[in-house]
Amino acid sequence: MKFLRDLLDKQKPLFEKGGKLESLYYAFEAGDTFMFSPKHTTGIKGAQVKDAIDLKRMMITVVIAMIPCLLFGMYNTGHQHLLATGGTAGLWENFGDKTWIGVMLVLPIVLVAYTAGGIVEAIFAVVRKHPINEGFLVTGMLIPLVVPATTPLWQVALATVFAVVIAKEVFGGTGMNVLNVAMTARAFLYFAYPAQISGDQVWTYLGDKMPVDGFSGATALSVVYNAGVEGTQTAVEALASHNTVLGSGLFEFTNLFIGWIPGSIGETSTLMALVGALILIATGVASWKIIFSGFAGAYIMGFVMNLFAVNEYMALPPQYHWVMGGLAFGIVFMATDPVSAAQTETGKWIYGLLIGFLTVIIRVTNPAYPEGIMLAVLFMNVFAPLIDYYVVKANKTRRLQRATV
Amino acid sequence: MGRFSKAHSSKTDMSKIVKLKKGFDINMVGKAKQELADFAPAQTFAIKPTDFIGLQRPKVLVNEGDTVKAGTPILIDKALDQVIYAAPVSGKVVEIKRGDRRKLLEVKILADATIIHEQFAQVDIASLDRDALAAKLAASGTWPNIIQRPFGIVANPADTPKSIFISAFDTHPLAPDYAFALQGQEKYLQAGIEALAKLTSGKVHLNVDGSKAVPAVFADLKGAQVNKFSGPHPAGNVGVQIHHLDPINKGEIAWTVTPYGVVQIGKFVLEGIYDASKVIAVTGSELTKAAYVKTYSGASISTFVKGNLNSGHVRVVSGNVLTGEKISLEGFLGFYHNQITVIPEGDYYEFMGWAKPTTRLSYHRALGLLSFLTPNKEFVLDSNGRGEERAFVQTGVFESVTPMDILPVYLLKAIMAEDFDEIEELGIYEIVEEDLALCEFVDVSKHPVQELVRKGIELIQYS
Repeated sequence: MKFLRDLLDKQKPLFEKGGKLESLYYAFEAGDTFMFSPKHTTGIKGAQVKDAIDLKRMMITVVIAMIPCLLFGMYNTGHQHLLATGGTAGLWENFGDKTWIGVMLVLPIVLVAYTAGGIVEAIFAVVRKHPINEGFLVTGMLIPLVVPATTPLWQVALATVFAVVIAKEVFGGTGMNVLNVAMTARAFLYFAYPAQISGDQVWTYLGDKMPVDGFSGATALSVVYNAGVEGTQTAVEALASHNTVLGSGLFEFTNLFIGWIPGSIGETSTLMALVGALILIATGVASWKIIFSGFAGAYIMGFVMNLFAVNEYMALPPQYHWVMGGLAFGIVFMATDPVSAAQTETGKWIYGLLIGFLTVIIRVTNPAYPEGIMLAVLFMNVFAPLIDYYVVKANKTRRLQRATV
Repeated sequence: MGRFSKAHSSKTDMSKIVKLKKGFDINMVGKAKQELADFAPAQTFAIKPTDFIGLQRPKVLVNEGDTVKAGTPILIDKALDQVIYAAPVSGKVVEIKRGDRRKLLEVKILADATIIHEQFAQVDIASLDRDALAAKLAASGTWPNIIQRPFGIVANPADTPKSIFISAFDTHPLAPDYAFALQGQEKYLQAGIEALAKLTSGKVHLNVDGSKAVPAVFADLKGAQVNKFSGPHPAGNVGVQIHHLDPINKGEIAWTVTPYGVVQIGKFVLEGIYDASKVIAVTGSELTKAAYVKTYSGASISTFVKGNLNSGHVRVVSGNVLTGEKISLEGFLGFYHNQITVIPEGDYYEFMGWAKPTTRLSYHRALGLLSFLTPNKEFVLDSNGRGEERAFVQTGVFESVTPMDILPVYLLKAIMAEDFDEIEELGIYEIVEEDLALCEFVDVSKHPVQELVRKGIELIQYS
């Protein structure tokens, strides 16, 4: 790697103060530090040695934790396509075709998100003279995983640019943002282009093929919601009897848990989200308190709904909330974003619990939004500083009381 | 919540037992063997005004070429002129080194072969009142060992602290083992404690390592409340101990002294001399022989290090690697330092260094960080900065290495924002740099935490 180092060292003066390309210093620096960890040493006073971790390594850990969801999402995209168009029956039939279709649909979305966001990051870094934020490594992967595979690429690009600029850069970049960037991108799409991200038609890629007779593209959430409105059968029965044309058991609990269902690319599999959670918790990168309390909050609120069950949705067994829609993915990867989450340890419990509560409340009671996790996370992002404010205040109060007794 | 969840304290008659869970031990290669090495003795010694935090306007009392005895006043702080900073050895003042704008950097003394001491009268503690005792100690050269909390500055003899705290063990990386370094000093420790007890309106606390039997040198001391602390570093930090024994509130003053300082005070009491001799630990992975050596405060470290190196490109640290100061191979031991540490200099690039699996020491377990698998291993740590400074991202980590009811990130952010009320309310009075040094080590975003702490202290101190 010596020649590469020599090459970079040779170019470096161009970008340093007084060099021709001085204005592009941070773009150069980003590339340089990506390839080589810098050689600068600790200062004269203070800690003479530093921990082996850095922000790049932490961020890449999150990306790795998302890979099970990504791979599963790709295959499931192909699987749902062939299932809907009558091209396959068994899960592992036409493995190659399904993988290929998934890759062809999902990879461009990932590339567009990374490119669009990367360009915005680089422009901001150069203009505002700050280092390029590693946080985008995570955001660029999160955005593709929370949109349907049918989303037009220009919308992905637009949403990414919007989110990076409005949710992050205007606040000063990674570490300063109030809202989770990827959730903001999704909310942007949801409100700006609802036709491409809601309803029953967008979750399964059909291409130019005709779906099989009697096919419905509805997600489990809308099936359950309709069951609640109609009240002719229980929610679980409605799930079991839905879309039997695609083979029985599409929306049975186990299948919902594993994730062979229509939905946004990365969100369908609760199992894969839990694999991700395991990685994040084992590496200590995400807070287990938020993940645990998030799931607990959803269960508790689902249970409370059961107590007042005035319709079939409210009577839905609470564990179904865990496996439908994007709750698991949202709690594991979005709610745990350390910058937009509560930052005190006590606050994390409250924050996670309320996200779980709110998700289920929005799902069950609000006809406009079949999925609640997106708004719950964004809402609690806004309230996290308030939660922290009271936790910090309690800390100050303890100190004050100690002084006066 | 979280207030005492990680610390259980219980009272047995007066003394306290505190078990701390939060923290992190940095195990390093290069521990000093428990023997006195026969390194060539140091020839020159320096008093560096910069060692004494809060020393504002130093005035030198000697000229180049003067001969001095151990205990001869070398400089004073014009802002606190009753406190003498004295020569650690007898000899000749060979250089008074100044930097930019004539800032005083070092007063160097070439030592005599046999040290001659200024002879003061012995101190009869019982017959003196508090102020008279304080005045005697302030003029003795031993006083700068007494540090005031809040702020971590040299104490003012006119103040009466609510208590005085002595941490009888050091949990920093490769720190000297007091049981070895201070052996045989019992009577001086005892005399020092008696003198200190007279200076406070409250108690003298002697805090020992609760995970071991109390070392002989501390076992039979009287006149102090003995408390036991156990747990990972920073359990040995006196600031952490104060927090759990008798926390400092706004407007209160406590003092701290290390056992090395207590010994010096005790010697002055019993023998009427300023004896700056001490046994220090010479440590670090880059030394062929890591051992203890007997020398004096401010010693030139070159004779301990040169010819004792097993590699060429090293960083010499006066003190330990968490709180110490980089010095040159010809540098001098800091006044408050009882060890030197020699580690590899880390000025190298590493290809894809942020992604490669590594066995380097980390408190974290993120992707590819494998050191958590070998918790008992001794590590070689170099001075590489390990990445660039970033905004705070990760949360909860600082709290997990700070065994105090303090929220370090909020405090540091308040300091960055220069929000005086917040700084005060979030607990600046309870900490000095060393108490948050581990945060600086484990920080993912590589903030200069200790520098920020000092900035916060100065904002409050001079406001």
